[in-house]
Amino acid sequence: MRFNEAWLREWVNPAIDTDTLVHQLTMAGLEVDAVEPAAPPFTGVVVGEIKSCRPHPDADKLRLCEVSDGESLFPVVCGAPNAREGLKVPFAKVGAHLPGDLKIKKAKLRGEPSEGMLCGGSELGLDDLIDGLLELPEDAPVGTDIRDYLSLDDTVIEVDLTPNRADCLSLRGIAREVGVLNRAPLTEPALEPVAAADDSTFPVTVEDADGCPRYLGRVIRGIDPAATTPLWMVERLRRAGLHAIDPIVDVTNYVLLELGQPLHAFDLNKLSGGIVVRKARAGESLLTLDDQTQELRDDTLVIADHNGPVAMAGIMGGRPTAVSDDTVDLFLECAFFNPLAIAGRARGYGLHTDSSHRYERGVDPALQSRAMERATALILAIAGGQAGPVTEAGDATRAPQPAEITLRAERATALLGAALEHDDIVDILERLGMTVRRTGDGEWAVLAPSWRFDMAIEEDLIEELARVRGYEHWPSRVPSGTPAGEPDGERQLPLRQLSDTLRDRGYLEAITYSFVAPDLLAKVDPDHPPLALVNPISADLGVMRTNLFAGLLNAAARNLNRQIDRLRLFETGLRFVPGADGLAQEPRVAGLLYGSARPAHWEGKPRRVDFYDLKGDVEALTALSDPAAFSFRPGQHPALHPGQCAELVRDGQVVGHLGKLHPRLARDLDLPADLYLFELALEPLRQGLLPHFEPVSDQPRVQRDLAFVIDAEVPAGELLAVVRAACDERLRTVHIFDVYQGEHIQAGRKSLALTLTFQDASSTLRDAQVNDLVEQVVSQVKQQLNATLRD
Amino acid sequence: MIENLDSLVDAALAEVAGAADARALDEVRVRYLGKKGDLSALLKSLGGLSAEERPKAGALINEGKQRVQAALDERRQALEQAALDQQLSAESLDVTLPGRGELPGALHPVTRMRRRMEDFFLRLGFDISEGPEVEDDFHNFEALNIPAHHPARAMHDTFYFGDGRLLRTHTSPVQVRVMQKGQPPFRIIAPGRVYRCDSDLTHTPMFHQVEGLLVDENISFADLKGTVAAFLQYIFEVDDLPVRFRPSYFPFTEPSAEVDVGCVHCGGEGCRVCSHSGWIEIMGCGMVHPKVLEHGGVDPSRYSGFAFGMGIERLTMLRYGVNDLRLFFENDARFLSQFA
Repeated sequence: MRFNEAWLREWVNPAIDTDTLVHQLTMAGLEVDAVEPAAPPFTGVVVGEIKSCRPHPDADKLRLCEVSDGESLFPVVCGAPNAREGLKVPFAKVGAHLPGDLKIKKAKLRGEPSEGMLCGGSELGLDDLIDGLLELPEDAPVGTDIRDYLSLDDTVIEVDLTPNRADCLSLRGIAREVGVLNRAPLTEPALEPVAAADDSTFPVTVEDADGCPRYLGRVIRGIDPAATTPLWMVERLRRAGLHAIDPIVDVTNYVLLELGQPLHAFDLNKLSGGIVVRKARAGESLLTLDDQTQELRDDTLVIADHNGPVAMAGIMGGRPTAVSDDTVDLFLECAFFNPLAIAGRARGYGLHTDSSHRYERGVDPALQSRAMERATALILAIAGGQAGPVTEAGDATRAPQPAEITLRAERATALLGAALEHDDIVDILERLGMTVRRTGDGEWAVLAPSWRFDMAIEEDLIEELARVRGYEHWPSRVPSGTPAGEPDGERQLPLRQLSDTLRDRGYLEAITYSFVAPDLLAKVDPDHPPLALVNPISADLGVMRTNLFAGLLNAAARNLNRQIDRLRLFETGLRFVPGADGLAQEPRVAGLLYGSARPAHWEGKPRRVDFYDLKGDVEALTALSDPAAFSFRPGQHPALHPGQCAELVRDGQVVGHLGKLHPRLARDLDLPADLYLFELALEPLRQGLLPHFEPVSDQPRVQRDLAFVIDAEVPAGELLAVVRAACDERLRTVHIFDVYQGEHIQAGRKSLALTLTFQDASSTLRDAQVNDLVEQVVSQVKQQLNATLRD
Repeated sequence: MIENLDSLVDAALAEVAGAADARALDEVRVRYLGKKGDLSALLKSLGGLSAEERPKAGALINEGKQRVQAALDERRQALEQAALDQQLSAESLDVTLPGRGELPGALHPVTRMRRRMEDFFLRLGFDISEGPEVEDDFHNFEALNIPAHHPARAMHDTFYFGDGRLLRTHTSPVQVRVMQKGQPPFRIIAPGRVYRCDSDLTHTPMFHQVEGLLVDENISFADLKGTVAAFLQYIFEVDDLPVRFRPSYFPFTEPSAEVDVGCVHCGGEGCRVCSHSGWIEIMGCGMVHPKVLEHGGVDPSRYSGFAFGMGIERLTMLRYGVNDLRLFFENDARFLSQFA
């Protein structure tokens, strides 16, 4: 809502300056978004009168004018087509300083002297109503500074209103609010109902009285089609952000701004039969004022005549019945439409108008008669004509009726944290236009005025008390009380710890959009049809991710394109997998690894990362949780290299994948082949262990190295499992210290060398005992894995 | 023989001084002080002297031996020191060469700020709650007192799936879910991703919010003001940070407020960051609307509460001076690595 301060001060004029006014509005919940001058700064422009006007001897399009500033005559060369004798126009005298840093000097134009400039609207930062000079009214006092004459030293204030404050979508509403805040009286423009000059009416039938409880109509005949909108109204409209169009539309817009009541004017002679207010019927359409043809839906309230819809009620009128340059007879509509009948409809058609904005938030249901009279009076004053009587149709009892709300001082105190004097409560409510009836000690029945239909429950009133008193006046304290919830158990690993571990291992945390391109996702995860957005922001953000790879691959591509040659990224977040049991929204952690295994170093060029760097990072995560509960086994994932892919398993469930980017995908996405990825379910990783103490043994440890030759395809993990199973708890650790294939090893076989460390908890192991254990290991490995001991 | 003592000691001292290493020095020791050494031999020759001469000559010889021994010790120490000096010199490194190993990466700045926010509320006894991001209309709108066609819906440019489900436009639905699941009192914050169908210089279709909810007996607007002010002072580490509450409107709170802080960039003087107003809008909040309490199964005549919600990105930008929202989701390593 934009308005100019001078207009507001005609309605209410508290003794505060603009800054204070603006602050007051903001702190009352009418947030001021912008405060702008009504016109850019300029000097030296007065009301001038063209005393004579003749053609320039040497230029067809120029004219020589003599211009009076009330004291002297000045020769001015002017190119405007509407320059003519007797016209009053803005006259920039020599020495004037105009917007755009234009300084007016004496000049000669095609040999003729020119002392000053006649101005069009845009040259003063105003609207150009016509091509040419700004035509001032005949009674404009010559010589007066144009800034004074047009009140240009004025301020335009724009407030960003919350949806509940539809009552402030008018100058009248803002003025009411300023009056309340300053205890200042409201001066409404004098308004005498316009007596009917004839008995001319147009029939109106309201079929949907729930949608349209009140429909006022009025015929005005014989307006002057050549009338123009007065400059004062043009200026107020302009300052409110509206352009003047023609006097009738301008008046309806003006009343909308002034009172908050949308009106619509039809060309009476283009309506046929009578007005019917009803829901649209299937197949009906309407060419609206914005020259779009709308196919109407049957939930849309329309104004129809006997030929069909002529307006979308409360949203926009139709082109064929609109007023135009040759309109002489009008049918003026001023209605109350129920917010529920309008809400959402405009948006459904891709429309948003000043009218729909007000109707869907709510127009004062008691305002129509007043607005009709105001608009009639303005039209008659500007364009002449004769008004008929106002007709009313509908069922006004179906308009929202203000509820009587109980207000308890005690409740207000409890909610606000401090008490208001009872007198102050009543005072605030009455200033807001409420009717307050005392029903007990500190208890009232309150009836809101017709424009405060947002008042429905006690809390609404309490909010008004808090607001008008000023939020800054209420106390402030940090609440006491005890924590409400259950603390996490010690076994529950905080997400932070997992993120920190990756961070400490050199990873940067990425946050990528949860929606990704469908084609990319189809390549990365073809097996899970994703959930698709109906209204994505763009096609490449069209579906919900079913895993986190797509986002990380996008991020990698972006970085690699920017000469980043070493990259470690991780992300945590939900993946969205549709399934038979509905949509699974599962928290995951994913990572991407690329480039050298270590930062660049002076010792030499570090090797490139490989699968085992990736696995090391995943093991760092499982190590935080319960490492023994996890195992890795060869796996398959459509995004990963089939020979370099592992699945992470916990309690028999696959809880994640890790591996090298599939070469085909790397090629398709124009990414390097040596890029590594993991994605794991978060919850299993967050189930940790409670540490359990085991006595430390001081008995000597015995180490034995064994090298086995086994079939190349047998995973090392199996060998380790067999070794462990062959021993008891005296085998403390076993680790692989060498993997070898090649010379001296039969093709298709490999050598795995292990260090086994034995220790007894309470006694020194004798050689014979260790030998027994080693013998068991060797025999089990031979038996189960067809292994031989390497020579 | 005793007359040889002086020259013998002199010779020994000269040899000690000339010994180049520990081994040469030991040879000198054996030669003069060993059992068969020259000075030891002099002692044995004392037997040839008279009883009067013997003590005097013995003392002289012992004195000579001691001088040689002292010289030996001194020389040994000097040699050891020299050897150590040489070793240390040979082992010295260029300590300005970079160290070895992985350096830490970085958490996303939004995570960094989110943790800071969480830490404040954890200290006040709040729990951290989460909710689904693909939500239903009921939890995202209806239960929050935003019925169909409510004008407030127009402020939420919602992503839809066409089957009643949508992407949550705010973290507020977690309020309802938490209340439905438990019994008051409630103290939770709910950080997470939210989605709006809007993308330009200052909007991304996904961003993060933190929702807060405190429901208990005797909770008032004063508790809300105090909590929010303390939080903002903590976040910006400014004790006297100006904080103001302006009336506003959210369907799910009443009274509702927008919260501004004095511009942390210019100190309230007015600058580009605060659009020359001296204030920066930080968050929305209010007393939980009775209808929302009812939807959550909480009796509004017994319990009251406050709720607040704020964008994490906005706080992150103000705190760390990030000047472009879109940087948060481009995941450029050169950006991310600045928040280690």
